[in-house]
Amino acid sequence: MEVTSTPIYIRKKSNGRISIKSGNKVERVMKATGIVLFGLTILAFMSFNYSGLDLTKAISETAYNLKTMFLEPALSHFTWGEAFYQVGITLGLAFLSTILGAVIAFFLALMAATNLSNKWISKTVRILVAFVRAVPTVLWVLIFAIAAGLGSEAAVLGMLFHSIAYLVKAFSEAFEEVDKGILEALTATGANWWHTVTHAILPSTFTYLLSWTFLRFEINFSVAVAMGAAAGAGGIGFELFMASGFYFDMREVGLITYMILILAIVLELTSTRLKSRYFPATSVK
Amino acid sequence: MNEKVMRNQRKWQTIIFATIIIVLTYLSSDITNFNIIHGIATLPNAFTWIVSNLFITQETLERLPKILEKLAETILMSIAATTTATVFSLFLGLMGSKTTGTSNLLGAFARFIASVARNIPVVAWALILLLSFGQNSVTGYLALFVGSLGFLTRAFIESIDEASQSAVEALRATGATYFQIVYKAVIPQCLPQMISWILFMIETNIRSATLVGILTGTGIGYSFDLYYKTLNYHAVALVTLSIVISVIMLELISNHIRKVIL
Repeated sequence: MEVTSTPIYIRKKSNGRISIKSGNKVERVMKATGIVLFGLTILAFMSFNYSGLDLTKAISETAYNLKTMFLEPALSHFTWGEAFYQVGITLGLAFLSTILGAVIAFFLALMAATNLSNKWISKTVRILVAFVRAVPTVLWVLIFAIAAGLGSEAAVLGMLFHSIAYLVKAFSEAFEEVDKGILEALTATGANWWHTVTHAILPSTFTYLLSWTFLRFEINFSVAVAMGAAAGAGGIGFELFMASGFYFDMREVGLITYMILILAIVLELTSTRLKSRYFPATSVK
Repeated sequence: MNEKVMRNQRKWQTIIFATIIIVLTYLSSDITNFNIIHGIATLPNAFTWIVSNLFITQETLERLPKILEKLAETILMSIAATTTATVFSLFLGLMGSKTTGTSNLLGAFARFIASVARNIPVVAWALILLLSFGQNSVTGYLALFVGSLGFLTRAFIESIDEASQSAVEALRATGATYFQIVYKAVIPQCLPQMISWILFMIETNIRSATLVGILTGTGIGYSFDLYYKTLNYHAVALVTLSIVISVIMLELISNHIRKVIL
Protein backbone atom coordinates (compact mmCIF):
# COMPACT_ATOMS: atom_id res chain seq x y z
CA MET A 1 0.00 0.00 0.00
CA GLU A 2 1.23 3.45 -0.81
CA VAL A 3 1.76 5.86 2.02
CA THR A 4 0.85 9.45 1.36
CA SER A 5 3.80 11.55 2.36
CA THR A 6 2.34 14.97 3.11
CA PRO A 7 -1.17 14.54 4.38
CA ILE A 8 -1.19 17.60 6.66
CA TYR A 9 -0.56 21.13 5.61
CA ILE A 10 2.71 22.27 7.16
CA ARG A 11 3.99 25.77 6.69
CA LYS A 12 7.75 25.99 6.23
CA LYS A 13 10.12 28.90 6.32
CA SER A 14 12.43 29.63 3.36
CA ASN A 15 15.31 27.73 5.04
CA GLY A 16 13.22 24.62 5.36
CA ARG A 17 12.36 24.93 9.04
CA ILE A 18 8.83 24.40 10.16
CA SER A 19 7.20 27.66 11.05
CA ILE A 20 5.85 27.52 14.58
CA LYS A 21 3.64 30.56 14.23
CA SER A 22 0.82 29.52 11.97
CA GLY A 23 0.23 33.05 10.67
CA ASN A 24 -3.37 32.95 11.67
CA LYS A 25 -5.52 35.28 9.57
CA VAL A 26 -7.60 36.30 12.57
CA GLU A 27 -4.52 37.40 14.45
CA ARG A 28 -3.17 39.31 11.47
CA VAL A 29 -6.43 41.17 10.96
CA MET A 30 -6.69 42.05 14.64
CA LYS A 31 -3.13 43.28 14.71
CA ALA A 32 -3.62 45.34 11.58
CA THR A 33 -6.81 46.88 12.98
CA GLY A 34 -4.98 47.79 16.17
CA ILE A 35 -2.04 49.34 14.35
CA VAL A 36 -4.26 51.34 11.98
CA LEU A 37 -6.39 52.66 14.83
CA PHE A 38 -3.28 53.56 16.85
CA GLY A 39 -1.78 55.41 13.90
CA LEU A 40 -5.01 57.30 13.22
CA THR A 41 -5.22 58.31 16.87
CA ILE A 42 -1.72 59.82 16.79
CA LEU A 43 -2.62 61.59 13.54
CA ALA A 44 -5.80 62.91 15.15
CA PHE A 45 -3.98 64.42 18.11
CA MET A 46 -1.47 66.06 15.81
CA SER A 47 -4.13 67.51 13.54
CA PHE A 48 -6.43 68.89 16.23
CA ASN A 49 -7.09 72.59 16.16
CA TYR A 50 -5.93 73.77 19.56
CA SER A 51 -6.60 77.46 18.97
CA GLY A 52 -7.75 79.41 22.01
CA LEU A 53 -7.26 76.53 24.37
CA ASP A 54 -5.60 77.00 27.74
CA LEU A 55 -5.63 73.49 29.07
CA THR A 56 -4.86 74.09 32.75
CA LYS A 57 -7.38 76.90 33.00
CA ALA A 58 -10.01 74.91 31.11
CA ILE A 59 -9.60 71.88 33.33
CA SER A 60 -9.81 73.83 36.58
CA GLU A 61 -12.83 75.74 35.29
CA THR A 62 -14.56 72.54 34.25
CA ALA A 63 -13.86 71.00 37.63
CA TYR A 64 -15.37 74.05 39.29
CA ASN A 65 -18.39 73.94 36.97
CA LEU A 66 -18.92 70.24 37.60
CA LYS A 67 -18.73 70.85 41.33
CA THR A 68 -21.37 73.60 41.14
CA MET A 69 -23.52 71.47 38.89
CA PHE A 70 -23.61 68.33 40.92
CA LEU A 71 -23.35 69.69 44.46
CA GLU A 72 -25.59 72.76 44.28
CA PRO A 73 -28.35 72.00 41.79
CA ALA A 74 -31.20 74.51 41.78
CA LEU A 75 -33.88 75.89 39.50
CA SER A 76 -33.99 79.58 38.73
CA HIS A 77 -35.59 80.25 35.35
CA PHE A 78 -38.55 77.94 35.62
CA THR A 79 -40.54 76.05 38.24
CA TRP A 80 -40.57 72.39 39.17
CA GLY A 81 -43.93 71.96 37.48
CA GLU A 82 -42.54 73.35 34.26
CA ALA A 83 -39.45 71.17 34.55
CA PHE A 84 -41.57 68.03 34.77
CA TYR A 85 -43.70 69.28 31.90
CA GLN A 86 -40.58 69.68 29.76
CA VAL A 87 -39.41 66.18 30.70
CA GLY A 88 -42.86 64.99 29.69
CA ILE A 89 -42.45 66.61 26.28
CA THR A 90 -39.11 64.85 25.77
CA LEU A 91 -40.60 61.51 26.83
CA GLY A 92 -43.58 62.18 24.56
CA LEU A 93 -41.34 62.83 21.54
CA ALA A 94 -39.40 59.66 22.27
CA PHE A 95 -42.56 57.61 22.76
CA LEU A 96 -44.28 58.83 19.61
CA SER A 97 -41.31 58.23 17.37
CA THR A 98 -40.72 54.80 18.90
CA ILE A 99 -44.29 53.55 18.66
CA LEU A 100 -44.94 54.88 15.16
CA GLY A 101 -41.51 53.62 14.15
CA ALA A 102 -42.21 50.16 15.54
CA VAL A 103 -45.49 49.83 13.62
CA ILE A 104 -43.98 50.95 10.32
CA ALA A 105 -40.81 48.95 10.90
CA PHE A 106 -42.87 45.81 11.48
CA PHE A 107 -44.27 45.91 7.97
CA LEU A 108 -40.99 46.93 6.37
CA ALA A 109 -39.20 44.16 8.27
CA LEU A 110 -41.66 41.64 6.83
CA MET A 111 -40.56 42.85 3.42
CA ALA A 112 -36.89 42.78 4.40
CA ALA A 113 -36.80 39.29 5.94
CA THR A 114 -35.40 36.86 3.40
CA ASN A 115 -37.63 33.98 4.45
CA LEU A 116 -40.85 35.96 4.02
CA SER A 117 -40.27 38.01 0.98
CA ASN A 118 -38.94 38.08 -2.49
CA LYS A 119 -35.21 38.49 -2.94
CA TRP A 120 -35.38 41.79 -4.77
CA ILE A 121 -37.84 43.49 -2.43
CA SER A 122 -35.73 42.38 0.51
CA LYS A 123 -32.56 43.79 -1.04
CA THR A 124 -34.19 47.11 -1.94
CA VAL A 125 -35.57 47.60 1.57
CA ARG A 126 -32.22 46.71 3.10
CA ILE A 127 -30.26 49.19 0.98
CA LEU A 128 -32.82 51.92 1.65
CA VAL A 129 -32.64 51.25 5.38
CA ALA A 130 -28.83 51.28 5.39
CA PHE A 131 -28.91 54.68 3.69
CA VAL A 132 -31.44 56.13 6.14
CA ARG A 133 -29.43 54.82 9.07
CA ALA A 134 -26.22 56.40 7.84
CA VAL A 135 -27.66 59.92 7.99
CA PRO A 136 -27.38 61.20 11.57
CA THR A 137 -30.75 61.82 13.23
CA VAL A 138 -30.06 65.50 13.74
CA LEU A 139 -29.66 65.99 10.00
CA TRP A 140 -33.02 64.32 9.36
CA VAL A 141 -34.67 66.55 11.95
CA LEU A 142 -33.10 69.72 10.54
CA ILE A 143 -34.00 68.74 6.98
CA PHE A 144 -37.62 68.07 7.98
CA ALA A 145 -37.66 71.30 9.95
CA ILE A 146 -37.37 73.26 6.70
CA ALA A 147 -40.38 71.52 5.19
CA ALA A 148 -42.57 71.13 8.28
CA GLY A 149 -41.37 74.06 10.37
CA LEU A 150 -39.52 73.79 13.66
CA GLY A 151 -41.46 71.93 16.28
CA SER A 152 -42.65 68.52 17.28
CA GLU A 153 -43.64 67.39 13.77
CA ALA A 154 -40.15 67.82 12.36
CA ALA A 155 -38.60 66.24 15.46
CA VAL A 156 -40.90 63.23 15.47
CA LEU A 157 -40.57 62.68 11.73
CA GLY A 158 -36.77 62.96 11.84
CA MET A 159 -36.46 60.63 14.82
CA LEU A 160 -39.03 58.32 13.24
CA PHE A 161 -36.83 57.83 10.19
CA HIS A 162 -33.89 56.70 12.20
CA SER A 163 -35.99 54.52 14.51
CA ILE A 164 -37.57 52.76 11.55
CA ALA A 165 -34.18 52.04 10.04
CA TYR A 166 -32.84 50.66 13.32
CA LEU A 167 -35.90 48.56 14.08
CA VAL A 168 -36.23 47.13 10.57
CA LYS A 169 -32.74 45.68 10.95
CA ALA A 170 -33.49 44.21 14.38
CA PHE A 171 -36.97 42.93 13.49
CA SER A 172 -36.00 41.33 10.20
CA GLU A 173 -33.18 39.46 11.94
CA ALA A 174 -35.69 38.18 14.50
CA PHE A 175 -38.06 37.09 11.73
CA GLU A 176 -35.31 35.24 9.92
CA GLU A 177 -34.61 33.19 13.03
CA VAL A 178 -38.15 31.77 13.11
CA ASP A 179 -38.06 28.00 12.66
CA LYS A 180 -38.40 26.99 9.02
CA GLY A 181 -40.54 24.01 10.00
CA ILE A 182 -43.30 26.23 11.37
CA LEU A 183 -43.52 28.21 8.15
CA GLU A 184 -43.47 25.04 6.06
CA ALA A 185 -46.20 23.42 8.14
CA LEU A 186 -48.45 26.44 7.75
CA THR A 187 -47.82 26.71 4.01
CA ALA A 188 -48.64 23.01 3.67
CA THR A 189 -52.07 23.58 5.23
CA GLY A 190 -52.77 26.17 2.57
CA ALA A 191 -52.35 29.23 4.76
CA ASN A 192 -51.72 32.40 2.84
CA TRP A 193 -48.88 34.85 3.52
CA TRP A 194 -50.87 36.99 5.94
CA HIS A 195 -51.97 33.91 7.96
CA THR A 196 -48.37 32.85 8.27
CA VAL A 197 -47.46 36.27 9.60
CA THR A 198 -50.23 36.50 12.18
CA HIS A 199 -50.14 32.88 13.34
CA ALA A 200 -46.47 31.92 13.14
CA ILE A 201 -44.21 34.94 12.88
CA LEU A 202 -45.95 37.29 15.27
CA PRO A 203 -46.55 34.89 18.20
CA SER A 204 -43.04 33.45 18.11
CA THR A 205 -41.20 36.78 17.87
CA PHE A 206 -43.48 39.08 19.84
CA THR A 207 -41.34 39.28 22.98
CA TYR A 208 -38.22 39.99 20.91
CA LEU A 209 -39.98 42.77 19.09
CA LEU A 210 -41.17 44.22 22.37
CA SER A 211 -37.76 44.33 23.96
CA TRP A 212 -36.10 45.76 20.84
CA THR A 213 -38.79 48.43 20.79
CA PHE A 214 -38.15 49.26 24.41
CA LEU A 215 -34.41 49.42 23.78
CA ARG A 216 -35.10 51.87 20.98
CA PHE A 217 -37.28 53.91 23.35
CA GLU A 218 -34.31 54.16 25.68
CA ILE A 219 -32.12 55.38 22.80
CA ASN A 220 -34.84 57.73 21.56
CA PHE A 221 -35.04 59.39 24.96
CA SER A 222 -31.44 60.56 24.76
CA VAL A 223 -31.91 61.40 21.08
CA ALA A 224 -34.92 63.52 22.02
CA VAL A 225 -32.80 65.40 24.56
CA ALA A 226 -30.21 65.98 21.85
CA MET A 227 -32.80 67.15 19.35
CA GLY A 228 -34.12 69.66 21.87
CA ALA A 229 -30.63 71.09 22.28
CA ALA A 230 -29.43 71.01 18.67
CA ALA A 231 -32.56 71.29 16.56
CA GLY A 232 -34.93 73.34 18.71
CA ALA A 233 -37.38 70.48 19.17
CA GLY A 234 -38.35 71.66 22.67
CA GLY A 235 -38.43 69.63 25.85
CA ILE A 236 -35.80 69.32 28.53
CA GLY A 237 -32.96 69.31 25.99
CA PHE A 238 -33.88 72.82 24.89
CA GLU A 239 -33.94 73.99 28.52
CA LEU A 240 -30.51 72.46 28.99
CA PHE A 241 -29.25 74.32 25.94
CA MET A 242 -30.70 77.60 27.20
CA ALA A 243 -29.37 77.14 30.74
CA SER A 244 -25.83 76.41 29.59
CA GLY A 245 -25.59 78.47 26.41
CA PHE A 246 -27.58 81.60 27.29
CA TYR A 247 -27.98 81.97 31.06
CA PHE A 248 -24.67 80.27 32.00
CA ASP A 249 -26.48 78.99 35.05
CA MET A 250 -24.52 75.95 36.19
CA ARG A 251 -26.92 75.17 39.05
CA GLU A 252 -29.81 74.83 36.66
CA VAL A 253 -27.69 72.78 34.25
CA GLY A 254 -26.89 70.50 37.19
CA LEU A 255 -30.52 69.98 38.09
CA ILE A 256 -31.53 69.27 34.49
CA THR A 257 -28.64 66.84 34.14
CA TYR A 258 -29.76 65.05 37.30
CA MET A 259 -33.30 64.72 35.93
CA ILE A 260 -32.04 63.30 32.63
CA LEU A 261 -29.62 60.98 34.42
CA ILE A 262 -32.23 59.54 36.76
CA LEU A 263 -34.72 58.92 33.96
CA ALA A 264 -32.07 57.36 31.75
CA ILE A 265 -30.95 55.02 34.53
CA VAL A 266 -34.55 53.96 35.21
CA LEU A 267 -35.06 53.24 31.51
CA GLU A 268 -31.79 51.33 31.32
CA LEU A 269 -32.62 49.16 34.32
CA THR A 270 -36.04 48.36 32.86
CA SER A 271 -34.61 47.40 29.50
CA THR A 272 -31.85 45.26 31.06
CA ARG A 273 -34.49 43.38 33.03
CA LEU A 274 -36.63 42.95 29.94
CA LYS A 275 -33.63 41.73 28.02
CA SER A 276 -32.37 39.25 30.59
CA ARG A 277 -35.92 37.90 30.82
CA TYR A 278 -36.59 37.50 27.11
CA PHE A 279 -33.24 36.97 25.46
CA PRO A 280 -30.41 36.31 27.87
CA ALA A 281 -28.00 35.10 25.19
CA THR A 282 -27.42 38.35 23.35
CA SER A 283 -25.37 41.22 24.66
CA VAL A 284 -25.91 44.97 24.57
CA LYS A 285 -26.45 46.65 21.26
CA MET B 1 -57.32 25.86 33.76
CA ASN B 2 -59.25 24.94 30.67
CA GLU B 3 -58.56 26.31 27.25
CA LYS B 4 -61.45 28.72 27.15
CA VAL B 5 -60.37 30.52 30.32
CA MET B 6 -56.81 30.77 29.05
CA ARG B 7 -57.93 32.14 25.74
CA ASN B 8 -60.11 34.68 27.48
CA GLN B 9 -57.23 35.73 29.68
CA ARG B 10 -54.99 36.13 26.66
CA LYS B 11 -57.60 38.25 24.98
CA TRP B 12 -57.91 40.51 28.01
CA GLN B 13 -54.14 40.89 28.20
CA THR B 14 -54.02 41.98 24.57
CA ILE B 15 -56.85 44.45 25.07
CA ILE B 16 -55.24 45.97 28.17
CA PHE B 17 -51.86 46.20 26.44
CA ALA B 18 -53.36 47.87 23.38
CA THR B 19 -55.34 50.32 25.52
CA ILE B 20 -52.24 51.34 27.47
CA ILE B 21 -50.32 51.94 24.24
CA ILE B 22 -53.15 53.97 22.73
CA VAL B 23 -53.58 56.08 25.87
CA LEU B 24 -49.84 56.74 26.06
CA THR B 25 -49.74 57.66 22.38
CA TYR B 26 -52.63 60.04 22.87
CA LEU B 27 -51.01 61.63 25.93
CA SER B 28 -47.67 62.06 24.17
CA SER B 29 -49.19 63.63 21.11
CA ASP B 30 -51.16 65.93 23.38
CA ILE B 31 -48.15 67.09 25.42
CA THR B 32 -45.92 67.58 22.38
CA ASN B 33 -48.64 69.18 20.22
CA PHE B 34 -48.00 66.53 17.62
CA ASN B 35 -50.78 66.20 15.10
CA ILE B 36 -50.43 62.93 13.27
CA ILE B 37 -52.60 64.04 10.35
CA HIS B 38 -50.61 67.21 9.96
CA GLY B 39 -47.45 65.14 10.28
CA ILE B 40 -48.47 62.80 7.47
CA ALA B 41 -49.67 65.73 5.38
CA THR B 42 -46.25 67.39 5.56
CA LEU B 43 -44.47 64.25 4.38
CA PRO B 44 -45.20 64.71 0.64
CA ASN B 45 -44.20 68.37 0.94
CA ALA B 46 -41.03 67.38 2.73
CA PHE B 47 -40.12 64.89 0.02
CA THR B 48 -40.87 67.30 -2.81
CA TRP B 49 -38.71 69.84 -1.03
CA ILE B 50 -35.91 67.32 -0.58
CA VAL B 51 -35.99 66.26 -4.21
CA SER B 52 -36.17 69.79 -5.56
CA ASN B 53 -33.58 71.36 -3.25
CA LEU B 54 -31.20 68.76 -1.91
CA PHE B 55 -29.10 67.99 -4.94
CA ILE B 56 -25.50 68.70 -5.70
CA THR B 57 -24.57 71.29 -8.28
CA GLN B 58 -21.32 72.00 -10.06
CA GLU B 59 -20.81 75.10 -7.96
CA THR B 60 -21.01 73.22 -4.64
CA LEU B 61 -18.46 70.68 -5.81
CA GLU B 62 -15.89 73.46 -5.54
CA ARG B 63 -16.44 73.36 -1.79
CA LEU B 64 -15.68 69.66 -1.71
CA PRO B 65 -12.02 69.92 -0.56
CA LYS B 66 -13.04 72.08 2.38
CA ILE B 67 -15.85 69.71 3.32
CA LEU B 68 -13.60 66.67 3.05
CA GLU B 69 -11.08 68.34 5.32
CA LYS B 70 -13.78 68.89 7.95
CA LEU B 71 -15.02 65.34 7.47
CA ALA B 72 -11.52 63.99 8.06
CA GLU B 73 -11.31 66.07 11.23
CA THR B 74 -14.58 64.57 12.47
CA ILE B 75 -13.60 61.01 11.64
CA LEU B 76 -10.20 61.37 13.28
CA MET B 77 -11.83 62.90 16.34
CA SER B 78 -14.24 59.96 16.65
CA ILE B 79 -11.44 57.43 16.27
CA ALA B 80 -9.20 59.18 18.78
CA ALA B 81 -12.04 59.43 21.30
CA THR B 82 -12.80 55.73 20.88
CA THR B 83 -9.23 54.44 21.14
CA THR B 84 -8.30 56.53 24.17
CA ALA B 85 -11.58 55.59 25.85
CA THR B 86 -10.75 51.94 25.11
CA VAL B 87 -7.59 52.12 27.22
CA PHE B 88 -9.45 53.46 30.24
CA SER B 89 -12.46 51.21 29.69
CA LEU B 90 -10.21 48.18 29.68
CA PHE B 91 -9.09 48.92 33.23
CA LEU B 92 -12.58 49.83 34.36
CA GLY B 93 -13.91 46.71 32.67
CA LEU B 94 -11.39 44.50 34.47
CA MET B 95 -12.31 46.22 37.72
CA GLY B 96 -16.04 45.91 37.15
CA SER B 97 -16.22 42.33 35.93
CA LYS B 98 -17.16 39.59 38.37
CA THR B 99 -14.47 37.19 37.14
CA THR B 100 -11.51 39.58 37.22
CA GLY B 101 -12.62 42.18 39.77
CA THR B 102 -10.44 42.34 42.85
CA SER B 103 -12.80 43.98 45.29
CA ASN B 104 -16.50 44.74 45.43
CA LEU B 105 -15.84 48.37 46.19
CA LEU B 106 -13.69 48.92 43.10
CA GLY B 107 -16.22 47.01 41.00
CA ALA B 108 -19.07 49.18 42.19
CA PHE B 109 -16.93 52.27 41.53
CA ALA B 110 -16.22 51.18 37.95
CA ARG B 111 -19.86 50.44 37.26
CA PHE B 112 -20.93 53.74 38.81
CA ILE B 113 -18.53 55.73 36.59
CA ALA B 114 -19.70 53.83 33.52
CA SER B 115 -23.34 54.38 34.33
CA VAL B 116 -22.99 58.12 34.93
CA ALA B 117 -20.82 58.63 31.83
CA ARG B 118 -23.22 56.69 29.64
CA ASN B 119 -26.53 57.97 30.91
CA ILE B 120 -25.76 61.67 30.71
CA PRO B 121 -26.25 62.25 26.97
CA VAL B 122 -23.26 63.28 24.88
CA VAL B 123 -25.06 66.56 24.14
CA ALA B 124 -25.06 67.46 27.82
CA TRP B 125 -21.34 66.72 28.11
CA ALA B 126 -20.67 68.80 25.03
CA LEU B 127 -22.61 71.77 26.42
CA ILE B 128 -20.91 71.54 29.81
CA LEU B 129 -17.42 71.25 28.34
CA LEU B 130 -18.05 73.98 25.78
CA LEU B 131 -18.24 76.58 28.57
CA SER B 132 -14.61 76.29 29.59
CA PHE B 133 -12.89 74.54 26.67
CA GLY B 134 -14.32 76.84 24.02
CA GLN B 135 -14.92 76.15 20.35
CA ASN B 136 -12.26 73.66 19.33
CA SER B 137 -11.77 70.01 18.56
CA VAL B 138 -10.80 69.15 22.13
CA THR B 139 -14.31 69.91 23.40
CA GLY B 140 -15.90 67.54 20.92
CA TYR B 141 -13.21 64.98 21.55
CA LEU B 142 -13.77 65.04 25.32
CA ALA B 143 -17.56 64.82 25.00
CA LEU B 144 -17.27 61.78 22.74
CA PHE B 145 -14.58 60.34 25.03
CA VAL B 146 -16.85 60.41 28.08
CA GLY B 147 -19.75 58.83 26.20
CA SER B 148 -17.53 56.12 24.72
CA LEU B 149 -15.99 55.44 28.11
CA GLY B 150 -19.38 54.68 29.60
CA PHE B 151 -20.56 52.51 26.75
CA LEU B 152 -17.32 50.56 26.23
CA THR B 153 -16.91 49.86 29.95
CA ARG B 154 -20.36 48.29 30.05
CA ALA B 155 -19.69 46.30 26.89
CA PHE B 156 -16.27 45.13 28.13
CA ILE B 157 -17.65 44.06 31.50
CA GLU B 158 -20.21 41.95 29.69
CA SER B 159 -17.70 40.39 27.29
CA ILE B 160 -15.25 39.59 30.07
CA ASP B 161 -17.97 38.02 32.19
CA GLU B 162 -19.24 36.01 29.25
CA ALA B 163 -16.00 34.71 27.82
CA SER B 164 -13.40 33.93 30.38
CA GLN B 165 -14.85 32.18 33.41
CA SER B 166 -13.36 28.70 32.94
CA ALA B 167 -10.00 29.85 31.53
CA VAL B 168 -9.50 32.15 34.51
CA GLU B 169 -10.34 29.34 36.89
CA ALA B 170 -7.87 27.00 35.15
CA LEU B 171 -5.06 29.53 35.28
CA ARG B 172 -5.80 30.40 38.89
CA ALA B 173 -5.52 26.70 39.74
CA THR B 174 -1.99 26.63 38.29
CA GLY B 175 -1.01 29.47 40.60
CA ALA B 176 -0.76 32.20 37.98
CA THR B 177 -0.59 35.78 39.22
CA TYR B 178 -3.35 38.27 38.55
CA PHE B 179 -1.54 39.94 35.64
CA GLN B 180 -0.69 36.61 34.08
CA ILE B 181 -4.34 35.64 34.24
CA VAL B 182 -5.44 38.89 32.65
CA TYR B 183 -2.75 38.88 30.00
CA LYS B 184 -2.88 35.21 29.02
CA ALA B 185 -6.52 34.29 29.51
CA VAL B 186 -8.85 37.26 29.67
CA ILE B 187 -7.42 39.51 26.95
CA PRO B 188 -6.89 36.84 24.25
CA GLN B 189 -10.38 35.46 24.77
CA CYS B 190 -12.20 38.77 24.75
CA LEU B 191 -10.12 40.54 22.11
CA PRO B 192 -12.29 39.75 19.05
CA GLN B 193 -15.44 40.78 20.92
CA MET B 194 -13.73 43.94 22.14
CA ILE B 195 -12.52 44.93 18.68
CA SER B 196 -16.03 44.43 17.41
CA TRP B 197 -17.34 46.80 20.10
CA ILE B 198 -14.63 49.34 19.31
CA LEU B 199 -15.60 49.35 15.64
CA PHE B 200 -19.25 49.72 16.57
CA MET B 201 -18.34 52.63 18.86
CA ILE B 202 -16.42 54.39 16.07
CA GLU B 203 -19.46 54.17 13.80
CA THR B 204 -21.73 55.54 16.52
CA ASN B 205 -19.25 58.27 17.36
CA ILE B 206 -19.09 59.57 13.81
CA ARG B 207 -22.85 60.04 13.88
CA SER B 208 -22.76 61.70 17.31
CA ALA B 209 -19.75 63.78 16.25
CA THR B 210 -21.98 65.49 13.70
CA LEU B 211 -24.38 66.43 16.45
CA VAL B 212 -21.62 67.51 18.82
CA GLY B 213 -20.06 69.46 15.96
CA ILE B 214 -23.25 71.47 15.48
CA LEU B 215 -23.17 72.46 19.15
CA THR B 216 -19.45 73.04 19.58
CA GLY B 217 -18.70 74.49 16.15
CA THR B 218 -16.18 71.91 14.99
CA GLY B 219 -15.83 69.42 12.19
CA ILE B 220 -18.45 68.42 9.67
CA GLY B 221 -21.30 69.35 12.01
CA TYR B 222 -20.15 72.95 11.89
CA SER B 223 -20.03 72.92 8.06
CA PHE B 224 -23.54 71.52 8.00
CA ASP B 225 -24.80 74.15 10.43
CA LEU B 226 -23.10 76.93 8.51
CA TYR B 227 -24.54 75.96 5.12
CA TYR B 228 -27.91 75.19 6.70
CA LYS B 229 -28.18 78.60 8.33
CA THR B 230 -27.02 80.41 5.19
CA LEU B 231 -29.69 78.49 3.23
CA ASN B 232 -27.10 76.97 0.92
CA TYR B 233 -29.01 73.73 0.50
CA HIS B 234 -26.91 72.32 -2.32
CA ALA B 235 -23.92 72.38 -0.01
CA VAL B 236 -26.07 70.82 2.72
CA ALA B 237 -26.79 67.96 0.33
CA LEU B 238 -23.10 67.51 -0.36
CA VAL B 239 -22.25 67.46 3.36
CA THR B 240 -25.01 64.93 4.07
CA LEU B 241 -23.91 62.73 1.20
CA SER B 242 -20.29 62.79 2.33
CA ILE B 243 -21.33 61.73 5.85
CA VAL B 244 -23.51 58.94 4.45
CA ILE B 245 -20.72 57.63 2.25
CA SER B 246 -18.16 57.65 5.03
CA VAL B 247 -20.50 55.96 7.52
CA ILE B 248 -21.49 53.26 5.03
CA MET B 249 -17.86 52.68 4.04
CA LEU B 250 -16.85 52.35 7.67
CA GLU B 251 -19.73 49.95 8.25
CA LEU B 252 -18.62 47.79 5.33
CA ILE B 253 -15.00 47.73 6.54
CA SER B 254 -15.96 46.82 10.08
CA ASN B 255 -18.42 44.17 8.92
CA HIS B 256 -15.59 42.65 6.92
CA ILE B 257 -13.23 42.70 9.92
CA ARG B 258 -15.98 41.23 12.12
CA LYS B 259 -16.57 38.41 9.67
CA VAL B 260 -12.90 37.44 9.88
CA ILE B 261 -12.32 37.72 13.61
CA LEU B 262 -15.59 36.57 15.18
